[in-house]
Amino acid sequence: MFAYIVRRLLYAIPILIGVNLLTFTLFFVVNSPDDMAASQLGDKYVTPEAIANWKQKNGYDKPLFLNSQAAGVGQVTDTIFFDKSVRLFAFDFGRSESGRDITTDVATRMWPSLAVALPTFLVGIGVNICVALMVVMFRGTRLDRGAVFVFVALMSISYLFYIIGGQFLVAKTWRLVPISGFHTEGQVWKFLVLPVLVGVVAGIGAGARWYRTLFLEEANQDYVRTARAKGCSELSILFRHILPNALIPILTGVVVLIPSLFMGSLLIESFFGIPGLGSYMLDAINSQDFAIVRSMVFIGSILYIVGLLLTDISYTWADPRVRLS
Amino acid sequence: MKPVLLWSDALIFLLVISLALFFWRLRHDPQTRERWAEVFSSRLGMVAFTIIAAYILVALLDSLHFRRALENPESLATQEVFYDNKVSSVFDVLTGGMGDRFERTYSAPFALLSFEKENIKDASGRDIRDFPPLRHAGQHLAHPDERTADILVKSVSALLWGLLLCALVITPQWLLLRGSALPWAASWLTQGVILCAGAWTVSISHHYHILGTDQGGADVLYQSLKGIRTGVLLGTLATLVMLPIAVTLGVMAGYFKGWVDDVVQYLYTTLSSIPGILLIAASVLLFQVYIDLNPDFFAVGMEKADAKFIALCFILGVTSWSTLCRLIRAETLKISQLGYVQAAHAFGVSHSRILGRHVLPNVVHIILITFVLDFSALVLAEAVLSYIGVGVDPSMGSWGNMINGARSELSREPTIWWTLTGAFFFMFILVLAANLFSDLVRDAFDPRTSLRRAEA
Amino acid sequence: MSEAQHSRPAPGTVCLQVRDLTVTLADTGAAIVKGVSFELRAGKVFALVGESGSGKSVTSLAAMRLLPDALRISGGSVDVAGQDLFGLSEARMQEVRGRRVAMIFQNAMSALNPVQTVGKQVAETLQLHTRLRGAALRERVVALFREVGIPDPEQRFDFFPHQLSGGQQQRVMIAMALACEPDVLIADEPTTALDVTIQLQVLNLIRELTRSRQLAVLLITHDMGVVKNTADEVAVMYRGELIERASVEDFFQHPQQAYSQRLIDALPDLTQFREAAAEAPLLELQEVKVHFPIRRGLLQRVVDYTRAVDGVSLTIGRGETYALVGESGSGKSTLGRAVLNLEAIAGGQIRFRGEAIEGLGRNAMLPYRKQIQVIFQNPFSSMNPRMTVGDIIAEGMISLGLGLSEEARRERIQALLQRVQLGAEHANRYPHEFSGGQLQRIAIARALAVDPELIICDEPTSALDVSIRAEVLELLAELQREFGVSYLFITHDLSIVPGLAHKVGVMQRGKLVEQGTAEQILTAPAHPYTQELLAAVPRL
Repeated sequence: MFAYIVRRLLYAIPILIGVNLLTFTLFFVVNSPDDMAASQLGDKYVTPEAIANWKQKNGYDKPLFLNSQAAGVGQVTDTIFFDKSVRLFAFDFGRSESGRDITTDVATRMWPSLAVALPTFLVGIGVNICVALMVVMFRGTRLDRGAVFVFVALMSISYLFYIIGGQFLVAKTWRLVPISGFHTEGQVWKFLVLPVLVGVVAGIGAGARWYRTLFLEEANQDYVRTARAKGCSELSILFRHILPNALIPILTGVVVLIPSLFMGSLLIESFFGIPGLGSYMLDAINSQDFAIVRSMVFIGSILYIVGLLLTDISYTWADPRVRLS
Repeated sequence: MKPVLLWSDALIFLLVISLALFFWRLRHDPQTRERWAEVFSSRLGMVAFTIIAAYILVALLDSLHFRRALENPESLATQEVFYDNKVSSVFDVLTGGMGDRFERTYSAPFALLSFEKENIKDASGRDIRDFPPLRHAGQHLAHPDERTADILVKSVSALLWGLLLCALVITPQWLLLRGSALPWAASWLTQGVILCAGAWTVSISHHYHILGTDQGGADVLYQSLKGIRTGVLLGTLATLVMLPIAVTLGVMAGYFKGWVDDVVQYLYTTLSSIPGILLIAASVLLFQVYIDLNPDFFAVGMEKADAKFIALCFILGVTSWSTLCRLIRAETLKISQLGYVQAAHAFGVSHSRILGRHVLPNVVHIILITFVLDFSALVLAEAVLSYIGVGVDPSMGSWGNMINGARSELSREPTIWWTLTGAFFFMFILVLAANLFSDLVRDAFDPRTSLRRAEA
Repeated sequence: MSEAQHSRPAPGTVCLQVRDLTVTLADTGAAIVKGVSFELRAGKVFALVGESGSGKSVTSLAAMRLLPDALRISGGSVDVAGQDLFGLSEARMQEVRGRRVAMIFQNAMSALNPVQTVGKQVAETLQLHTRLRGAALRERVVALFREVGIPDPEQRFDFFPHQLSGGQQQRVMIAMALACEPDVLIADEPTTALDVTIQLQVLNLIRELTRSRQLAVLLITHDMGVVKNTADEVAVMYRGELIERASVEDFFQHPQQAYSQRLIDALPDLTQFREAAAEAPLLELQEVKVHFPIRRGLLQRVVDYTRAVDGVSLTIGRGETYALVGESGSGKSTLGRAVLNLEAIAGGQIRFRGEAIEGLGRNAMLPYRKQIQVIFQNPFSSMNPRMTVGDIIAEGMISLGLGLSEEARRERIQALLQRVQLGAEHANRYPHEFSGGQLQRIAIARALAVDPELIICDEPTSALDVSIRAEVLELLAELQREFGVSYLFITHDLSIVPGLAHKVGVMQRGKLVEQGTAEQILTAPAHPYTQELLAAVPRL
């Protein structure tokens, strides 16, 4: 087990290097720093001096990979690649193009993200499992078919409409909670209720439908027939036999997402004005702040890899057949 | 008239032709035919397919572009023909110029007056502040009160035209297919509804704005209809870009195993570990930078939008192949262990032949299921990307751009709901039909589900 | 523990009576079981025999009202202690299941809940039907485990199903079924998934429990050997009907139906053997080893090898059949694949017609591919579902460059199809239109198409029903006489060996523990493992 985890962590290194190289290629090779300077400065100021200035200010005035002018180690370290990409491994994200310290920003903004994403995640799974279990109890009946149709219909609605609809109904028409905003003092929950609700409702269609498929797959297994032959009631078969077995595929699909909850949701946060990492990313995209985008890509990749590792570990916990070596 | 061939036009027609050929080839295989028959033997499948086909037809018609010849002013005595800078499509012609009837700003569905007050001159020539009448709504009415009656009368005549159209379209099908065991009636009913709705829409839109107008005064219904081409093209082209990458890598990894497998696994783990939306956003932004720096590259504005659109399709395709690749790798691993591949090895059949004849044909069902499933996901993704600002060009009509433009308007009093409704309706119907259809396709083609039925 | 106990029925009393049971498909109404009647008596084993699709399993599931949704009971009755089970509510039926009528299934591995300990699973039955709880419950389960012969029952209580062997899993199933002391036990192919030596042990256990507990047992099986060893009474089911019913002695001596006779004929005759054939060696294996690496630790270094094939030497002559017998995991299929050069060997030599062929590259191997062919176990997966039968047979002829024109190929395909007793017109059909037996004939035609001298038959008949098995074996024997082809026949079933093989080799854990002529091995086995295998073979 321990060896397994260590090996997986070692395996993460080439992946992170790959992520790094890929983003580096995207940001510095496909588009040279000159291009970026030109587009950041706009049409008016594109003089060679302005570009050189901008590059110097933002630290893009070095060679890409190899600095032949520097001495010794500096040949490698005094380059854009080292400055902008390798430093990420030390969680040194540097400054954004507007001059803010990205590490501080991330550290403060991840908590509001988590405050929305975690309840959405937990409540969502609970609701989806309950709904799916209810539907599975009536499998093969008209109720089941009707429910599946409703799930598909719910899936077919764009996330944007859930948000807009939720804000319109709950906040504007019924005036139950504020439309958007976030304060850390006082009644934080008031600002959280609606985003969480919207997130949960938007996920029901796809989630409940998926869980239903998993439950049905288990319901067709031989051991369910054995349980029935023992004299188990349908309800106890569902909860004592089908549910524990279906938890295994549910875990694989879900655990991988847990670390990424820190990243928050782009759409929810921007609509509800929550100062989390989701809206941070969106702002970065809109202001074309590539330093932030690069850092977030790196953080996201790390969280995903941690998620994969957690998935494997949770497997051993849920499925006695799996042993990691 | 001068035809204009945009890159996306060429691609979509190429795609349709290759799909048609693909299915034409498949028709020999009785198992495949049986499964398709299963998909179409349900009424739901027929209805969903008819709706999707209608959307695709609209998209194709909207992909036949041309520039109108301008009539030379009499003062200009050359024989040279000048063309309109605006690119139109066959679909624009069929809708009877719905897109050319602009107002100044917002107006409600079927409204006669604008939504906002302006300084206008009344009958006596004084300046007053009031709702100005619309330019293209109810011009023929003598009095505003006649509106309801007028709409009713026009609707009835439009529906009669619609029914005639139905008769023309459906009768030949009926003659050809009446002996068929498949529930064609469901399809005909759907076709009938679509045709009647179409006839009604075109004829009414000459006199009213059925779904009102947006901030720029453009007809909302027309914009929603223009969104169809964007949605359908994005859903298919992005998958088309993704398929060859995913299939090649997946099959190679699963078949050759060893270091090939290691490399492919490394590639897709790396790719899928990057948050998708960031990767897409970054790529689109970088392409945007490229376009900004090379403005002379494109003759008309539409070509620029089109290039951006195709780039978006490519980016979506290149960033999303990992899921399919994983599935195909797993399936290929399974197939390589099966008797028929082992037997082929024992017969000394070459690798390329084994891949081509034994492996590929047996992963086609996965490709098909993914194709249909991804289609709806991509249509939904377009809206989100446009909202984030990395979607299709604002000059290109799309549902995402419509939503993006209208989302803040719900908070106005009275609420401006029609733009969102238009986008919602057309998007929802397409995605719902695609989702339902993909469910049926999966049920029919996924060996796991069909196995379960066989056992029962 | 007293509640579970009630007075045992006197030997011979009817415990379960099935009358005119009819089961139909829910959607089409087609009958799967047509008016079947029989009764189960205390202390007796009633065997229901038939081939796959005959409706025997459906009959047993219907008696428990456990049919899948696609099937429906449309007539008849099942009486247990004067109660018609079909008239009970679902809640009352749940009291009957496991309490009065219990059931065990074919594949114990999948029939047990994989994420629950076996002890808990047995305890659940007791919890449902008795008031036993806590330590007493555990004690009772352990006692049951002991009764069905599970070693170290206290420890095994907390094991998960995958930690037990196949035989132990089936014993757990039996313990679960017997927990509440039911009157009736329905056993649906309880031994089919097990290795032959384990099969015998499990059947003996069922047999003993029938006597000691005065159980009324319904034994569903397709294996006449099982019937002969275990049952008191037998009924033959064919296409949903009971066509014959008799006591076991009568049945085997005077079968009434031709179909029954065929089933009995499938039993081996251990008196007639094939003479050893000519001694010109075609294939020689010397100390062949196939090892699979076991990787462990941080860097996944190879710490050891699984010795799948560990030094096997054997010789097959021209026109000879060599039967390689062994249980699952003994390495016999791996050896077959190594001969085909589909598996790299770790040591030893493989000589074909005197030339070493081990480790040849893809192209160097090509000339030998013509001469060494293969038939696989599962006929359904050994044909590409997307190719016509004609294309499947033609594939080898094309890739091995037999130099035939298209016309000549077509003629050859038709001739081959006719030779394996199929029609020439079948060349344009697709595999899924054929039954398992037909597909196996096509597989034979495919192998013959390139005129091989040696065919490796990897369990070619074990997926087939017994009556069809005999036909395929007969066809293989005919072809051997006609073309002088040799077979390396890999099988787990010693009982098909007598009429088939000239020589026999017995494999256990990668090693060839004994080999010799068929007569030697089957009449005077020297190795204890061979003796054990032989003891499990049913006899007439």
